[in-house]
Amino acid sequence: MNLILEGLVKAFWLIVSLDREVYEIMFLSLRVSGIAVLIGALLGVPSGATVGLKEFFGKRFLVSIVNTLMGLPPVVVGLLVYLVLSTSGPLGVFQLLYTPEAMIIAQLIMVIPIVMGVTISTVSSVSKAIKEKALSLGATNWQMTLRVLREARLGILTALIVSFGAAISEVGAVMIVGGNIRWATRVLTTAIVFETELGEFGLAIALGLILLLLAFIINWVLTYLQWSGLRR
Amino acid sequence: MRPLIETRNLSKSYNGTDALKNVNVKVDRGEVLAVVGPSGSGKTTFLRLTNLLEIPTAGYIFFDGKDTACPDADRLALRRRIGMVFQQAVLFNETVYNNVAYPLKIRDYSKETKDLKVRDALKLVGFSGFEKKQATSLSGGEAQRVALAQAMVYEPELLLLDEPTVNLDPKNVSIIESVISKVNHERGTTIIIATHNMLQAEQLATRVAVLRDGELAEIGDSKEIFKKPSDFLASFGRVLNVFTGQSRLTEEGTGIIDIGQGVKIEALTTKTGSITVFIRPEEIIVSKSPIVSSARNMLRGKVEEILDLDQLVQLRVDVARQFTVNITKRSFQEMKINLGSNIYLSFKASSVHIL
Repeated sequence: MNLILEGLVKAFWLIVSLDREVYEIMFLSLRVSGIAVLIGALLGVPSGATVGLKEFFGKRFLVSIVNTLMGLPPVVVGLLVYLVLSTSGPLGVFQLLYTPEAMIIAQLIMVIPIVMGVTISTVSSVSKAIKEKALSLGATNWQMTLRVLREARLGILTALIVSFGAAISEVGAVMIVGGNIRWATRVLTTAIVFETELGEFGLAIALGLILLLLAFIINWVLTYLQWSGLRR
Repeated sequence: MRPLIETRNLSKSYNGTDALKNVNVKVDRGEVLAVVGPSGSGKTTFLRLTNLLEIPTAGYIFFDGKDTACPDADRLALRRRIGMVFQQAVLFNETVYNNVAYPLKIRDYSKETKDLKVRDALKLVGFSGFEKKQATSLSGGEAQRVALAQAMVYEPELLLLDEPTVNLDPKNVSIIESVISKVNHERGTTIIIATHNMLQAEQLATRVAVLRDGELAEIGDSKEIFKKPSDFLASFGRVLNVFTGQSRLTEEGTGIIDIGQGVKIEALTTKTGSITVFIRPEEIIVSKSPIVSSARNMLRGKVEEILDLDQLVQLRVDVARQFTVNITKRSFQEMKINLGSNIYLSFKASSVHIL
C-alpha cells in the first residue's frame, strides 16, 4: 500500500516539477505510437476498405490472415524487425536498429493488421443497400467508396483507438528494437520494466500512472470525437 | 416521339433462375407506368435493371434512345438522369439535410443551389423544417418521404418507385401518392411504380404492366386493364370494395347505385345504367352508433372478420354486401369491436370512385 502511495506522490511530483527525463520519455512514447498509428491508418484504412468492398478470389483467406495478424505477439514482431534491421539483416545498411524509427516500424507492423481488420469488418457491415443507394443517386465508384467510409466512420475511429492503445502499451517490440537507451529510445513501457528491475518501484508506479493517464486522455478525446460523429 | 425507356427482350437470371424473361416495354415521357404482379414476379428486378444497377443477362434497355449497354462512364451519366426509391427506405447515418443534399453534392452543386433545392424537395414531401433531424431517428413513413425527396432533388427525368408505400400508415401513403402525382403533373417526370396495391396502380398510373413469373402477362391502358381484370390480375390484386350496379340520377344531381341485396350507395356521378365503383377502405368511417355527418352514405353491418395489419386493423363487414374497412389499432381497442359487433359505416359520396 505504501509503495502505491509513494508512487502516486512521486508521479504527481514528477509531473508538476516538469521532470525533463519523464517528459522526454512521455513525448517519445507519444511520438512513436502516434506516428505508427498515423501511418498505420494511412495504409490500413484504404487497404481495409478495398478488401471490404471488393469481391475477389482468395478474399476469405486474406481476411483470415489479417485477423490472425491482429493478435501478433509484440515480442515476435520485435524479433522479426530486429533480424531485418540488424547489421547482418537485409535492411542493416540503414542502421536503424536502436532508433525511434525502428520502434515506429515495429509498432506499425502491429498496428496495420488491427486497423485493416477492423476497417474490413466495419466496411463489410455497411449494408449493400447503402452502396446501391449511393450508386442509384448517381455516385461514381469513388464517391460510393467515400460514402461507405463515412458510414463506417465510427468503426474506423474504433480501429484507431484500439491500435493506439495496443501500440502505446506494448513493451516487447520496442524493448528489442529500441534497446531502452536512456535519452534516446526509452519509452514509458520500457522505462517501467527497467525501473521495476532496479527496484525503483516508486518511479515505476509513477511512470505507469502517467501511461494510464495518457491512454485515458487519448481515448477520451477519440471517444468524444466518436460521439460527436454519431450526431453529425 | 421517342420513348424514354424501351426494353427489348429484357431478361435477367440469378444463378440459373429466371427473374425476368423477354420483357418488351416502352414508356413515353410523362407517362406513369405501374408494374404490378405478385411477389417474386420480377417487379424489383425490372426496376433495378432500369436503374442500371444490374446488367441484363440478355436483351436491351434503351434510355432516351441510347443503348445502356455502354461504358461505365456513359452508364453513370444515364443513371444520373434517373431517380429510384427502394421499398425499404435506406438513408445515410446523417441529418435529413445531408441526406437530401447528397445527390447534389456528388454533382458538385454550389451551397446556395443545394440549400434552395433541398428546401424545395423537403417542402414537396411535407417535411420542411426537419433539415437538422438525424435520419436514423425517423419513422418508416418519414424516412420514405425523405428518400423520395432525395430521389427527386436533382429532378430526374425518370423516377422509379419500388413499392414505395408498402407497410406505411395511411397518412404517409397519401402524402407519398400525392407527391408522385404532383411531380408527374407539374414537372412531367416519367414514373415507373412497382406495386401490388391495385388501387394505387389505378389511381396513379396511365398504363399498367402485369408481370407473371418474370414475363409480361399484359400491358395496356390502366382503365382498360382494371375494367376487365384478367383472372390472373384478380387472383393476386384483390381490389377491395368494388361493386357493380345500376345507377340512376337523383334530383340533386348525384347518382344512386343499387349494388344488390338492397344496398344503395350515393356517388358523385351523372352516369346512369351499369356502373362499377369502389370505396377505399381507409375512406370509410366506422362508428358503433349512427352518426350525424356530411357523409351521404351510412350502412349498418356486422363484423365478420378481423385482420391485424401491423399498424391497422382491417375489418370485413357484412352489410348484405361485404365491405372492407381499415381502422387504427387504437380506435379498434377504444371502440371494443368484436366479431359479430354491429357497426355503422359512413362515407362521403365523393369517396365513391367510379371505374
